[in-house]
Amino acid sequence: MLLIAILAIPLVGAIAVALMPRKDEQGARHMGMVFTLLTFFVSLALIAGFKISDPGMQFEFSVPWVRSLGINFHVGIDGISLWLVLLATLLGPIVMLSTYKAIDTRVKEFVASLLILEMAMIGALVSLDLFVFYVFWEIMLVPMYLMIGVWGHGAKIYAALKFVLYTLVGSLVMLVAIIYVYVSHGAATGFYTFDYMVLTQSVWGEQAQIFLFLAFAIAFAIKVPMFPLHTWLPDAHTQAPTAGSVILAGVLLKMGTYGFIRFAIPLFPYGAAVWAPYISGLAVIGIIYGALVAYAQKDAKKLVAYSSVSHLGFVMLGLMAMNEAGVTGSLYQMLNHGISTGGLFLAIGMLYERRHTHELDQFGGLWRRMPVFAGMFMIIMLSSAGLPGLNGFVGEFLILVGAFTHHQGVAGTDLPIFIWHSRLMAGIAAIGVVLGAVYLLHLYQKLMFGPITQPKNADLDDASWREILTFAPLIVLIFAMGIYPKPFLERMEPAVKLFLKEYKVKYKASEGYTGQQPKQLASLSRSKYALPALSAPRAGIVAKTTMAGGKAVSPKVPKIVRPKIVPPKVVRPKIVRPKVRPRGGAAPAPRTPRKRISPEDMRRIRRQMQQRGRPPGRGGRGGAG
Amino acid sequence: MKESFPLIWIPLLPLLGAAFNLLLGRKLSRRWVHTVAVGTVFGSLVMTLFVLRQLYAGWDSHHHTMVTLHHAVFDWINAGAVQIKFGLMADTLTGVMLFIVTFVGALIHLYSTGYMDHERDYARFFGYLNLFMGAMLLLVLGDNLVVLFLGWEGVGLCSYLLIGFWYDKSGTQKLGLENANAGRKAFIVNRIGDLAFIIGMFILFAAVGSLDFADLSAAAAQGPQGPLMSSYAPFGFGPFSLAGVAALFLFIGATGKSAQIPLYVWLPDAMAGPTPVSALIHAATMVTAGVYMVARMNFLYMLTPSVMAVVALVGALTAFVAATIGLAQNDIKKVLAYSTVSQLGYMFMGVGVGAYAAGIFHVFTHAFFKACLFLGAGAVIHALHHEQDIRRMGGLKSSLSVTRLTFLVATIAIAGIPPLSGFFSKDEILWKAISTANPAAPWLGPVIYVLGMAGAICTAFYMFRLYTLTFEGKCRLSAEEQAKIHPPDWRMATPLVVLAFGALVLGVLGLPGLFGEHANFFHNWLAPTVDQGAKFAALAIPGAHVTPAILSKSHGAEGGLMALSFAIALLGSVIAWRVYNKGPSVWARNLTDRFRGPYNAIYNKYFVDEFYFLVVIWPFKKIAWLLWKVVDALIIDLLCVRGSARIVDLMGRLVRQFQTGSVQHYLAGLLVGVGVILYVVAQPPDDFRIRANSIKAAGAPLKVLVGERVFFDARRPVDKAMRALEYKWDFDGDGKVDEPQAPTQQKGQKEQAQRWSKRQMANFIYKKPGRYRVVMDVRDTRWHTQARETQVIDVIDPNAPKVPVSGSSTHGKGVH
Repeated sequence: MLLIAILAIPLVGAIAVALMPRKDEQGARHMGMVFTLLTFFVSLALIAGFKISDPGMQFEFSVPWVRSLGINFHVGIDGISLWLVLLATLLGPIVMLSTYKAIDTRVKEFVASLLILEMAMIGALVSLDLFVFYVFWEIMLVPMYLMIGVWGHGAKIYAALKFVLYTLVGSLVMLVAIIYVYVSHGAATGFYTFDYMVLTQSVWGEQAQIFLFLAFAIAFAIKVPMFPLHTWLPDAHTQAPTAGSVILAGVLLKMGTYGFIRFAIPLFPYGAAVWAPYISGLAVIGIIYGALVAYAQKDAKKLVAYSSVSHLGFVMLGLMAMNEAGVTGSLYQMLNHGISTGGLFLAIGMLYERRHTHELDQFGGLWRRMPVFAGMFMIIMLSSAGLPGLNGFVGEFLILVGAFTHHQGVAGTDLPIFIWHSRLMAGIAAIGVVLGAVYLLHLYQKLMFGPITQPKNADLDDASWREILTFAPLIVLIFAMGIYPKPFLERMEPAVKLFLKEYKVKYKASEGYTGQQPKQLASLSRSKYALPALSAPRAGIVAKTTMAGGKAVSPKVPKIVRPKIVPPKVVRPKIVRPKVRPRGGAAPAPRTPRKRISPEDMRRIRRQMQQRGRPPGRGGRGGAG
Repeated sequence: MKESFPLIWIPLLPLLGAAFNLLLGRKLSRRWVHTVAVGTVFGSLVMTLFVLRQLYAGWDSHHHTMVTLHHAVFDWINAGAVQIKFGLMADTLTGVMLFIVTFVGALIHLYSTGYMDHERDYARFFGYLNLFMGAMLLLVLGDNLVVLFLGWEGVGLCSYLLIGFWYDKSGTQKLGLENANAGRKAFIVNRIGDLAFIIGMFILFAAVGSLDFADLSAAAAQGPQGPLMSSYAPFGFGPFSLAGVAALFLFIGATGKSAQIPLYVWLPDAMAGPTPVSALIHAATMVTAGVYMVARMNFLYMLTPSVMAVVALVGALTAFVAATIGLAQNDIKKVLAYSTVSQLGYMFMGVGVGAYAAGIFHVFTHAFFKACLFLGAGAVIHALHHEQDIRRMGGLKSSLSVTRLTFLVATIAIAGIPPLSGFFSKDEILWKAISTANPAAPWLGPVIYVLGMAGAICTAFYMFRLYTLTFEGKCRLSAEEQAKIHPPDWRMATPLVVLAFGALVLGVLGLPGLFGEHANFFHNWLAPTVDQGAKFAALAIPGAHVTPAILSKSHGAEGGLMALSFAIALLGSVIAWRVYNKGPSVWARNLTDRFRGPYNAIYNKYFVDEFYFLVVIWPFKKIAWLLWKVVDALIIDLLCVRGSARIVDLMGRLVRQFQTGSVQHYLAGLLVGVGVILYVVAQPPDDFRIRANSIKAAGAPLKVLVGERVFFDARRPVDKAMRALEYKWDFDGDGKVDEPQAPTQQKGQKEQAQRWSKRQMANFIYKKPGRYRVVMDVRDTRWHTQARETQVIDVIDPNAPKVPVSGSSTHGKGVH
């Protein structure tokens, strides 16, 4: 219920703000502040109630939403999503605080969008139902689209359209894959559901996994964004208002990486292994490419936007290493990137409020006028550059160690993750650490050092208390996460271990499996919300008949033994049908040729039928023989 | 033996001071600022003395054993196999470094209160300086490579901040970014080294599974079968020994931090920072971190003679090359900077031949005399109001007598004239260098010895050139400027005197073997720490003598070489004195005129900066620009992303042509469309197949059992006209319609024949065996077309005796 509350508070807030009088701008801001803060404080209860040693889903909650389609409103968090949820709820008030001066038109609409966006982001992070996830995933687009298009600057309409269309293309590919997963799982088991905790217990055939993973990966890779699908990002960032950029960099981009770790890899481990070399190759290219292009920028916001491409390359590289260090590192780096890049955007936004430009050449020598601001900027910049002792280092170190030692990874198995030598990949990626220092110091020097050359800069104000307050939580986290990451890492650890264990089990199960339909694995952990029928799968396959018009249903039809299909080694999936189908859905019956029934079988079946009695609705129709 | 000691307080005190000054210092008075800053460092010094006392108590000079102090502070980075602890450790080597850092650091803090007195950003300066102390102390105290790296990068950051301390001072460059650029250069060049350093760490981690010094040295102690001796192909090239690859990468990191070829270029530029910073960071402490690291990892380096040879050779080359550059510099701090690079080269030469104690001893003495030189130079610069060109100085010995005296002592020490400290440490290194026996490079000893001696004569020359041009002869400043010269106050003078005294006498701690087996206190003190490498190496590489052992027993040779190096040092000093004691001489100018080419090369630092610009910086900028403008903006964004949008747009434009707005066109289109639809939809049903039990048995009879319920299905895969179709089923071929069934009390048979139903699917149970023909009639109610489909069914009685069933004629009943 806690998660429902965390989802509901911003939604209620958005409605409340929307109902406020238009003129009361300050009131709308305060209202937004109250609701984001409330969300944050309630979300702190997640840490308090989180069981560190429990690798599974916690705070789980599930109610049927669309019963006929098997859609449950199923939410829950584990060590993987816990901190991302908190990052989202933390950035809420910070962003809200940053908009007090920056947004002065259509304030209440802005606040409402922000709250809806927060709700959607949290929703996407906690949902354990593919359909619910997809809904939240798409809802995220709308407020962001408005933020860029309405409160942005420059070519804002272009940027907003590009953002939405680009992301949508990927999302639709994912939607197709989700529907395929739903239908094929339903066809195989008779249990039509979008529930992640149920779907994740099946593995699809090799070929299907390769395509399904690709479909998911395209959607997520656009969101990450990975090279070469990144060009929407600089535009969106540059034209978006500060708050939009911070949310975009802080949480929205993480949805891509989170999607990989939560959905794409666990559902299609074989596909992940097949694509991993290419993904990590693109990640490494992205690291170097993003850094180089960032250095060439003349616009501060674009520079930081391209640096995101570089940083998220690290995240993807760690993820694809598929060992504990790498995955933990990328989870940690997701948080770090949210904090440090979010902070950089905040800082650049503050400069924009003063000078209404992002051009690097318009600045220089700001330190003399703004020492406090410069100091805070420096800490955030160094965190982004991965200085040891600050948060960025922990993530980058773990990622690089993970990538470097990946083949010693998953409990000694040697998975074909990299085509290229993993050490070379890690080595090249490490160059990104040097390049990170190059472009960040370049940015800092252009803004802060040197004498003041522009007369407009000569009388800038230093950071106000509001701005210091905006930065303070980020800076505290930067130090805390760099010096003492244990509270974060120890909560991730069991979930990451479980993730890797299931990855390994499912990879082994799907290796060499060429069947058309998914098969279920009994050895995986289950949610308490997984249906009881699933925990005791019956042997054999029961055919079902659905009469047209949905009138007659015969659950007790003879059991038919399926013929063996080549290759003979393949184990048929153990598939089970629920005891009562809720409604006559449009489920196609499996269309495989059937073997004749032997007379012995026929007699046995008849006996069984007589014992059970004929089902109703079929009595009087024997037909005239 | 291990003992526990709260070591964390040693770095923590200055770190707290840094936090205090950086957060609050801006609003507080100078008294608060420097009380906290200097106080915390002196606090660290006191704690260090306690540590040293404890170490001394546990040290056995005869059996070469010691206690080590440990402090496990907390678990730092834990994820799976990666278990990095935030642990601190102090052994004899750490003790030496701790003493250097805190003692020299405390003196320089004191000095800075005088030197920076009129500085606007007083608190910021001391905040950075304290931060540096904290990072440097972490570096030397860390008990694993990651904590060392934390300090390593931390000192790099402070170096960056302090070099760029005067970030808006306009120098020769138009933009006034000279200092900031120098800081950035230092940071980035160091980062390049750090890249190699972390790769070295990863290689070790992949092999050993830990980065604790204790675990690594335990791995080294495993001999030839240990993980460090396994053969290794980094990135697919190889095979090399793993220890060698890791050691080489770590050493590249050290060349960045300790300003060795090829990464030394940042250090001369770093002189843009305030002079106390140059003394503390860029002379006494930070730049020696690389030497410390190699000494700390001695067990690793000893396993790989070839990398040891690389270390020694790079050190010797740097010592020589930097010394030659120093000959022609005119900036008082630049001379000292190249001198530092050169002296660091000697230190690497020492550790590169396995003489770790000698290398660290040189770190120790160098900290004193070089800090003294820098602080003296700072006093001169301060007195002359930021004049740094030695050609404009001269004759300062009268006005700056204390400075001059201490400067002279330090100059004699660095020049290598006995009995000052520099002589003993440098001579020890040269002696170990020539007596080395490196199995990978037997020629190494003489080569590096010659380079070292050549460097030594240059050192003596440029140092005395510097001294005489600054302090001797006539003053070349204008009378106005001379009038403004003021001697340093006590805060600046005290450190000078203390350091000069140290430079004068500390040689006694490292007397050469000539004076007896145990005369070299320093060697014995470090032996428990740095000799383990030799033991492991002897285990791992049978027959190899990496240790300098061959000549070291021969006191005659040692004495002779000592005399030679004394003579060389004296020669360089005397020449410089003679040439420059009356100011810049005509003789020197003639000499440089005659050798204009070599002089220009030396004067311009062999054009290394220009070379790097050409091959690294310029291509980097161009590639970055090209990637942005061509790959990103043009290929990806314009062609691919916006190109696909443009294609959609084009299609829209194409289709728009049909929207003419003319009713006639629309009507014509409507008619065509209706025609097409009618043609498609009105096709009478003709492709029915009866499936029985889901099997589409085309033609062949279908076999079912008596009493089995047979399911019939006439659905088409794609049925556009489903709703308009009606069916009649006759299951047994008797002409009577079975489905739809006749209502029980309904009209007549006649009507029944006319009945149709919508049932596409039906089922039937055959009660008797035999062959039946199933007939299905279907009609389309829209077009009143009708079709018929049949299917033959064989019904078999499983209980009946087996009758060979083959074909239709064998069956009794035949086809109905």
